[in-house]
Amino acid sequence: MAEAHPVGFQWVVEAQNRGAKVIHVDPRFTRTSAVADKHVPIRVGSDIAFLGGIISYVLENGLDFRDYVVNYTNAATIVSDRFEDTDDLDGLFSGFDPDKRTYDPTSWQYDVEDEPGQQSAAQADDSEETQEQRDSAAGMQHEAHGMQVEGKPRRDETLQHPRCVYQVLRRHFARYTPEVVEQTCGVSQADFLEVCRAWTENSGRERTTALVYSVGWTQHSVGVQYIRTGAILQLLLGNMGRPGGGIMALRGHASIQGSTDIPTLFNILPGYLPMPNPDQHATLGDYVDSIRNPGSKGFWSKADAYTVSLLKAYWGEAATPDNDFCFDYLPKITGDHGTYRTVLDMIDGKVSGYFLLGQNPAVGSAHGRAQRLGMANLDWLVVRDLFEIESASFWKDAPEVATGEIVPEECATEVFLFPAASYAEKEGTFTQTQRMLQWREKAVDPPGDCRSELWFFYHLGRMVRERLADSTDDRDRPLLDLAWDYPVHDEGALGSEGAQAWGEPSAEAVLKEINGYDVATGRPLSSFVEMKADGSTAGGCWIYTGVFADGVNQANRRKSRHDQSFVAPEWGWAWPMNRRILYNRASADPDGKPWSERKAYVWWDEEQQQWVGDDVPDFEKTKPPSYRAPEGSDGIEAIEGIDPFIMQGDGKGALYVPQGLIDGPMPTHYEPVESPFRNPLYGQQANPTRMDYRRDDNPMNPAPPEEHSDVFPFVFTTSRLTEHHTAGGMSRYLEHLAELQPEMFVEVSPTLARERGLEHMGWCHVVTARSAVEGRVLVTERLRPLRVEGRTVHQVWMPYHWGGGGLVTGDSANDLFGITLDPNVLIQESKVGTCDVRPGRRPTGPALRELVADYGRRAGIGDQLPARIVTASADAQARSLAAAETSDDDQEGQ
Amino acid sequence: MAESRSLLPWPVLRQLTSGDLLGRGKAVRSRRTDEVEPRTSTADRVARSVCPYCAVGCGQKIFVKDEKIVQIEGDPDSPVNRGRLCPKGSASKNLVTSSLRETTIKYRRPHGTEWEDLDLTTAMEMVADRVVKSRRDAWQELDEKDRRVRRTMGIASLGGATLDNEENYLIKKLFTAMGAIQIENQARI
Repeated sequence: MAEAHPVGFQWVVEAQNRGAKVIHVDPRFTRTSAVADKHVPIRVGSDIAFLGGIISYVLENGLDFRDYVVNYTNAATIVSDRFEDTDDLDGLFSGFDPDKRTYDPTSWQYDVEDEPGQQSAAQADDSEETQEQRDSAAGMQHEAHGMQVEGKPRRDETLQHPRCVYQVLRRHFARYTPEVVEQTCGVSQADFLEVCRAWTENSGRERTTALVYSVGWTQHSVGVQYIRTGAILQLLLGNMGRPGGGIMALRGHASIQGSTDIPTLFNILPGYLPMPNPDQHATLGDYVDSIRNPGSKGFWSKADAYTVSLLKAYWGEAATPDNDFCFDYLPKITGDHGTYRTVLDMIDGKVSGYFLLGQNPAVGSAHGRAQRLGMANLDWLVVRDLFEIESASFWKDAPEVATGEIVPEECATEVFLFPAASYAEKEGTFTQTQRMLQWREKAVDPPGDCRSELWFFYHLGRMVRERLADSTDDRDRPLLDLAWDYPVHDEGALGSEGAQAWGEPSAEAVLKEINGYDVATGRPLSSFVEMKADGSTAGGCWIYTGVFADGVNQANRRKSRHDQSFVAPEWGWAWPMNRRILYNRASADPDGKPWSERKAYVWWDEEQQQWVGDDVPDFEKTKPPSYRAPEGSDGIEAIEGIDPFIMQGDGKGALYVPQGLIDGPMPTHYEPVESPFRNPLYGQQANPTRMDYRRDDNPMNPAPPEEHSDVFPFVFTTSRLTEHHTAGGMSRYLEHLAELQPEMFVEVSPTLARERGLEHMGWCHVVTARSAVEGRVLVTERLRPLRVEGRTVHQVWMPYHWGGGGLVTGDSANDLFGITLDPNVLIQESKVGTCDVRPGRRPTGPALRELVADYGRRAGIGDQLPARIVTASADAQARSLAAAETSDDDQEGQ
Repeated sequence: MAESRSLLPWPVLRQLTSGDLLGRGKAVRSRRTDEVEPRTSTADRVARSVCPYCAVGCGQKIFVKDEKIVQIEGDPDSPVNRGRLCPKGSASKNLVTSSLRETTIKYRRPHGTEWEDLDLTTAMEMVADRVVKSRRDAWQELDEKDRRVRRTMGIASLGGATLDNEENYLIKKLFTAMGAIQIENQARI
């Protein structure tokens, strides 16, 4: 955190100065470790075992925050008797189909009071096509629209029932003993137990613990389950929805949160509404029902209002009740259309044009060579950036030009490099990592032909519409009917046609549309509860409604921190409804009183008969803690006074997830796809449901039980330096930053340096099945060899900021990674791989490819396609599959 | 010039006589120091902005004089950063005023070995033509399983995490209306 989010880290230091203990778990000793009270080095890719061990410590010692756990989580809920766990199935959960490598989650469902079979089928229905779900990153949709729980699942609030979530969880994590943690993670039992004690002693009524991660955590084949493990621990200890608690994802780009909320992502629409697919979403009614799942609790019950308001914002007057508000205009997704699939499709010649908007995949995405070969096989490429980044100049200076794989005279890609306006030369909002929107004022006009994306896309849309204006083709209606008439500013006008033709669109007008308004009067909505499903309101992103409440740009509020409370609610605006801590009803006990005076945040005021406190309550303001849902109610009415997790179908925090996850209802340790070690827990080596694109141009290093993993004996990982930013497009071109960190380097321990003959400040190169990259050797004790499974493992660390462009150049660490993805969200495993390290510089030209090919031959790559992914025993596979078949039979019988 | 011959301006005299014995205060200030005014106080205006690097969201004040950015500093009013910036945030002026920034269109024709120049409107017209063509050429009314999908597989996009919400909104809206679905950003990476 001190390295990559240094100014945010001041608050950690502030807490430390007030007595907080700071623990840093990281393979490498960094600037964070230097300040932390305790640094725990860990083997990369073993985090579930580490956190799982802490969960086990909590459960075996009864250290959970029981009042919180019973009332606010699903600990008491009873799971179907068909569920079988990884311990019994050699690392698989019940319901695994080895051919599709996906689960039928029917056996994972809750037990219910009435008609058990039907109920679990109905719950699982949402997860029916798990293969398609994986292919469409549907996990992200589920995460957003919450678990859907119909009716009343059985509960045992004593937590003694052998199949209640609490007991299922306790059995599941029981094997993560301190010894197993030591053997798997390379963390000594003493260090591990110190972390356990610190975490548990600092949680409860009087105290809270925060879990902070940076998003390298997501870049694993089990990335979602990493975060799930953290969530389980924080829920058990009562740290969610409370001040000083929570899970903080430190995201890495100024508005990456915003670009997820208002997504430029293939699988979702603004506000986490799913992109429709033809099987589930033939009509608007089907679509809405698949989101709100009638019978479920919570605010997704108004999905019809959110969807219709979005369609009204998109298609304006053309969207009417008679045509389902143009729902049919939305294109349908049918599988994996993620960026890695698309890049492989480029190599295969299936993609014509590509826009790169402030993004540099030639350096920043995994498997750089595949990225560049893909770009070299397009019809046209538009790059919009501040500088001539590597993704714009690949046709003349990519590493593949040196190896002869890209020949400029033969490369047919037409490239347009458009200079972009910088953040200081346009107005608009970023959404920061804490869900806070902040409006930026424009300082100056952009120079020369530099323009904002707002300008570029507004005018591109205008020009495309002009070209199709006379079209009678049905497919052009969505473009021609689009509400695309934004007011433009005069300044920045260009060309003889004058301001109206080429002016800069008003970002504030766009923000008003995002906020939503009453169609008849134009009055901005102040809350998403005002949204209607009848077409009388329009709004581009329901979770952002309120950012323009009362016609005021709330994101532009800048009341000094000196003039308001520590929550600072009048600085910017946070979604939803300016709440700064999500689910903050959990900061009070079931009766609505603060858990302790020390940790008071939001509470029920009996006199006023409403929730009050330091923050905007994340709960219906006047719904008392004593409220219980009437029989047969659903939606918002069904949220009880003790249901803080108002977006979940049962109102409870999920310790166990019966649906929505592709790879299992609970996290379990799988080895990284590339690992020198056999999974110590069971036969299933790595995530069996991971997205795998193994092909000749995307080889993976072998891992046990495959042979030859010793060809790549070391583990490597990458992260950021304080002085650079991701793929370097905003840092390597700056004099100050280039001077501060001028060169690519490879950090190794003194032991590894001796073993491999590496000289401090000399050169070395790192080799994988994809490529070899070179850098200066940095020998430090910041990296320590660890003892894992009885032998020593060396870890190698590299920054990933360099490329061929800019003031300081170097090889790109991301060239070393292959493409394997987490099955839930299709994010690549690019924080852990195996490699070899050799002294000296790497070969250049075609000799580079020969070196890599030679390693591939020695590792048996090519002989092994397709690799064995399901490595659990045949017996376990058969039993897991049988669980799915049993439930199918039962369903048919009803 | 007369002053330069006098002993009076000697800092050591001022040190001894003004009580600033260690020479760390007023005694060692030169006239030049006194005459220098910080760029922040001579600026014509200040724009309140936000750092463009990581997602912490540090408040910035951008000082503008003669329509040029002359200084960027942390905003002390911000509850996020209390006026502080990291090395990258402190270098943001360098980012926006860098002489390496591109300010005109660069165009590389198929099989070309050099960049060529294009004016902005021509480039926009060319891109609009290509979008219309690629969209049409790779249009799918039905997919391989005869399901109605109404989309084009010819156009992909990557980027958004460094852009504004308003920009991402227009990008997604336009691409969705076009039927382009392979729209992605750093959140997937």
